[in-house]
Amino acid sequence: MSALSANTDGLGRRRAVNRLMETIATLAAFAAVGVLAIMVVSVARRGGAAIDWSLFTKTPHPFSFTNEPSGLANAFVGTLVIVGFATAMAVPVGVLSAIYLNEFARPRVAFLIALALDVLNGVPAIVVGIFVFALIVLDHGQSALAGSFALAILMIPLIARATQEVLALVPQATREASLGLGVSRWRTTLGVVLPQTIGGILTGTTLAVARVAGETAPLLFTSSIVGDRLQWNPHQALASVPLKIFEYSESPDPKDHAQAWAAALVLIGFVLVASLIARALAAHSRRRMGLHR
Amino acid sequence: MLTAVPTTPPEPRVEVLTPQATLPPPERRQPVFDIRSLTASYGSVPAISGVSMEIYENLVTAVIGPSGCGKSTFIRCLNRMNDLVPSFSAQGEVLYHGVDLLGSGVDPVAVRRRIGMVFQKPNPFPKSIYDNVAWGLRALGMKDDLDGRVEHALTQAALWNEVKMRLKTSALELSGGQQQRLCIARAIAVQPDVVLLDEPASALDPIATASIEDLMHDLKREYSFVIVTHNMQQAARVADMTAFFSLSAVGDGGQRSGVLVEYDSTQRIFTTPADRRTEDYVTGRFG
Repeated sequence: MSALSANTDGLGRRRAVNRLMETIATLAAFAAVGVLAIMVVSVARRGGAAIDWSLFTKTPHPFSFTNEPSGLANAFVGTLVIVGFATAMAVPVGVLSAIYLNEFARPRVAFLIALALDVLNGVPAIVVGIFVFALIVLDHGQSALAGSFALAILMIPLIARATQEVLALVPQATREASLGLGVSRWRTTLGVVLPQTIGGILTGTTLAVARVAGETAPLLFTSSIVGDRLQWNPHQALASVPLKIFEYSESPDPKDHAQAWAAALVLIGFVLVASLIARALAAHSRRRMGLHR
Repeated sequence: MLTAVPTTPPEPRVEVLTPQATLPPPERRQPVFDIRSLTASYGSVPAISGVSMEIYENLVTAVIGPSGCGKSTFIRCLNRMNDLVPSFSAQGEVLYHGVDLLGSGVDPVAVRRRIGMVFQKPNPFPKSIYDNVAWGLRALGMKDDLDGRVEHALTQAALWNEVKMRLKTSALELSGGQQQRLCIARAIAVQPDVVLLDEPASALDPIATASIEDLMHDLKREYSFVIVTHNMQQAARVADMTAFFSLSAVGDGGQRSGVLVEYDSTQRIFTTPADRRTEDYVTGRFG
């Protein structure tokens, strides 16, 4: 008898349970990957053929059922403008609220603000859309800026929480070093703490951009009554990629269907690339932090 | 098979190496701090109770005592560093040239501007060597002759010759001892009045420790130092005055808190202490 066989109570059963649970967990993990793979493949099969240069350079042709080249340039430009302004609004508010949360707030206030950000993060996009509709659109009409405002509301909690997480990773000793010199709290945050967290802030921002670039519901209320001309003016309602996908999915023209699939593929590709960039930025910032420890 | 480890004989009394001549007689000592019945607490638990002592200009004052006796809490009261701890509170008075630092109208930023601090673990910023020293100068508007000020501070901290060729490289590439001297350079670059050192050598090897002790010795003509240390030999080597803290039961509940047991010249503390507890500690019978 070997030394290991002395205590074998239920060893076979325990080994079987271990193997079973490992298998189930593995299957669950691969199911998530599988769903993504099936989605990407099916969108690519239906939309891949319609992706060409004119998709990005041409605006929609005024008539259906023609073979003239047409595209969704106005929607891509619109999404670029709307998300661009949304990011410009959300980054300062998100980063500053994270700074307040992590650097200035008393624990109880910080808890309440963190809770509020989490609740805001959970508010359905359509509710945000209605809110901005009542706040801005009823009086001033639709505009890309109103859409940006709605998207910014969705981005703020994402950016704030991501920023707060990296701020919390900055060692307290770094702050003490600066405060111990008689440097003010804000100057310390700006000059010593924030430079260490740029990677994390960019990661959070990238993920937030990827998330809202595909948002449809808020834009339905704020920037949906649009023509097919290429426009850059943010004071007008602008077309957007997700709304165009929605509109074309109801079109009778099969060419529109193909373009909707193509646009969907572009959106997925954008999210994928953005996530990879975010990953790389996060890894870069972790390395910097690790060096500091 | 274990071989018998030769047992070291009990440590003799710590030899005091600070030249006695540098300690002026009591009537010629100029107080920088006059601390009156200072009690400091985290939440409702007092870390130190009823500490009263004077700290003198251009001397090195050591604070020694066993772990948990409130040495760090005490030194952090002297520049309001404990304000960063949300549950912290302090009663009593910490008079700095006659101004009560615990008073309501006192801005902790202004306090720390005059009373600098060096921490237990070297904590350089993840910036270049130059920018580490220049950071405080820039932030405080001391921008004239920045290069000269940086060089002067690094020279005073006995680091200039080692780093002058690589001022633009990251401070994190320096050794632990060099990092700590950089932190001292950073603290003295902004020309404080007092420098507080919270166990500055506890993470360093003996050679780096010696160089830091040397530079304290050289710099005390310009600054007043208060140093917390675990290491009695270090206190004996660098300090003119020594305060011994210990844990003691205070109040009715039998709650234990750090108290100042004895405060005198380093010579007296290590050779003829007045209090039995001090004697036990410095002779190694306790602690």
